[in-house]
Amino acid sequence: MSQTGFGQTVGRRRHLLGIAGLDPGQIRAALDLAETYISLNRKGGPRDVLRGRTLVNLFFENSTRTRTSFELAGKRLGADIVNMSNSGSSVAKGETLIDTAMTLNAMHVDVLVVRHDQSGAAALLAQKLDAAVINAGDGTHEHPTQALLDALTIRRHKGTLENLTVAICGDVLHSRVARSNILLLATMGSRVRVIAPPTLIPAGLGALGVEVFTDMERGLEGADIVMMLRLQKERMARAFVPSAREYFRFYGLDARKLARAKPDALVMHPGPMNRGVEIDSAVADDLQRSVIQEQVEMGVAVRMAVLDLLTRETRGNA
Amino acid sequence: MTLLAFTGARIVDPASGHDGPGVLVVREGLIEGIAEAVPAGAEVIDCAGAVLAPGLVDMRVGLREPGEEHKESLAGLAAAAAAGGVTTLMALPDTDPPLDEPALVQFVARRAAAFGSVTVLPCAAATRGCAGRELAEMGLLKEAGAVAFGDGRQAIADARTMRLALAYARGFGAMIVQHPEEPSLAAGGAMNEGELATRLGLPGIPAAAEALMVARDVRLAQLTGGHVHFAHVSTAEALDLIRRAKAEGVRVSCDTAPPYFDLNETAVGEWRTYAKLSPPLRTEADRQAVVAALADGTIDAIASDHQPQDTDAKRLPFTQAEPGGAGLETLLAVTLGLVHGGALTLKAALALLTVRPASLLGIEAGRLAPGQPADLVLFDPDRAWQVREEALVGARNTPFDGRPVQGRVLGTWKAGRRVFG
Repeated sequence: MSQTGFGQTVGRRRHLLGIAGLDPGQIRAALDLAETYISLNRKGGPRDVLRGRTLVNLFFENSTRTRTSFELAGKRLGADIVNMSNSGSSVAKGETLIDTAMTLNAMHVDVLVVRHDQSGAAALLAQKLDAAVINAGDGTHEHPTQALLDALTIRRHKGTLENLTVAICGDVLHSRVARSNILLLATMGSRVRVIAPPTLIPAGLGALGVEVFTDMERGLEGADIVMMLRLQKERMARAFVPSAREYFRFYGLDARKLARAKPDALVMHPGPMNRGVEIDSAVADDLQRSVIQEQVEMGVAVRMAVLDLLTRETRGNA
Repeated sequence: MTLLAFTGARIVDPASGHDGPGVLVVREGLIEGIAEAVPAGAEVIDCAGAVLAPGLVDMRVGLREPGEEHKESLAGLAAAAAAGGVTTLMALPDTDPPLDEPALVQFVARRAAAFGSVTVLPCAAATRGCAGRELAEMGLLKEAGAVAFGDGRQAIADARTMRLALAYARGFGAMIVQHPEEPSLAAGGAMNEGELATRLGLPGIPAAAEALMVARDVRLAQLTGGHVHFAHVSTAEALDLIRRAKAEGVRVSCDTAPPYFDLNETAVGEWRTYAKLSPPLRTEADRQAVVAALADGTIDAIASDHQPQDTDAKRLPFTQAEPGGAGLETLLAVTLGLVHGGALTLKAALALLTVRPASLLGIEAGRLAPGQPADLVLFDPDRAWQVREEALVGARNTPFDGRPVQGRVLGTWKAGRRVFG
């Protein structure tokens, strides 16, 4: 992977396939650019940056939130947007990912935003595609724009991404959001803690530079940031945890547990929330602590910045 | 009458211990012996300093015919074997339909024999349909030509079924070949469990899945007096259990395959599906333990574990891709890496590829004994080349694509007839 420019080079293009491989300078540059897009975004955006460019949102998993965020980001930069989802498409009829890539190549797409339930799917597409690929979540691997928007939100509140203590709580085993956030925060010089029942902690996690806690109250002690992860219902069916009520009792964020963190600790969640499973409504809706709504707004700005950065070379103003 | 004289070779026959110059004389397709001079009237084959050894005996090869000929036909298999210097192989029963019928066992062996380059000895199904429930007709299958029993790429998971299979096979003097992996622990896994799997977001298969099944089956071999053979052992833990069981006199043997002593999990890189194998590539410590177990004799044989897949089965996201790697054509070269690296002598490495697996299967192949068919491989142990998937004559899904290796097959003879080179 090249260290010049933004993202990862695969083939002749630059892509954003993950946080892994980004250096602090690249991350800082993306956040700085996103910062400038926050106000532009509020005013409606500079509609000339991606004028005449085609952005395809290819979502093999349902995600209204992320897809809408990319769609808005693209529209505010003036791109032509096509949304493709798997239901009813040729993908559902057994077309392989490689076939899909070939079809998209023939359509001269500039940017492909892809969400897929298989780890490595975005990288596989990047190998075959002439377009810039943005990973909008691949299996349990990475979700880089989520980590960037989380970082932007944190930086706006704390003024820095260095030397913070960040507690990431919940289903880390199945979470691409956790992987991207761990990589980003460790790269930027923060201390990352992971809090989860042992059945939801992936093997070898310590080697990623995190401290692992199974006791939530101890893990939250003195934290600057508390990031909650969604616990999907099917995880209970596969017996990773016995019940929602037991999970909430020991790993759900409520006011009592949150009191262990710093008084000005931020509460974050990538959404959609399972209230009463991983987070108590009183905490989620506490505007003094929760920045969950702000995360959504930052998402659009960050995605505008990523779209801008990844298309600079082909637009000829790198 | 044909009379051949192989001259100028370093003749290595691990079974007799011969390692040195000589003239190998072949009459009417049978080995006559190692002479000092060329007999009158013989056709001379000048080996120009290369190594002449018994044709390789590969005791684990996946068949795709019948059922999945598009992945590799028997013709393709025969060509790949010849290119790899393999003249005898044991084929797995998990075809479609599976080899659980005497007629199918005979069909496969006879159809492969028609190509004339390789003897295919079926490992018949241990259970009907390789489904792990009812025993297959082992006696009839053995009469039809089966040399061992197992369920191919499936573990015989149920302990009672395994107990019965081991006990019943003992009555026919046959071993049970186990794919040692506890399926409930490995379910859904795509690569070795650990940091790399976590970074790639892939579900892992713990090393314990192999050790659990080995520990259980060692105990069942003790209980029944049967012979269990563990295929493609990949972990330090399992090898320790096997080493201990052997020391205690349990009837246990095992093989491994080149990926497990030549590669580790990092070959998966960024979701390289050609490196998706079953069992998965393990850690570097496991790889080193496999090398050590080859050197100390714990591992009885090196088999290719040739598992053909086509690009449709591999060009998929990693978790969805089929496991398995082509192995016949790289078996010798990758194994010679152990010799060049100093882990094994040439004679020991060749023993693992010839007489030792032949002894496990109870066959006479794999040695240069007078009166035996002249199954031979001639190779230059030093010639360097690079494995390239597009240069393979059989299935191309090699985990070694791009790997520089040293040691090239120059010629293969089956019963005195040149079938490669």
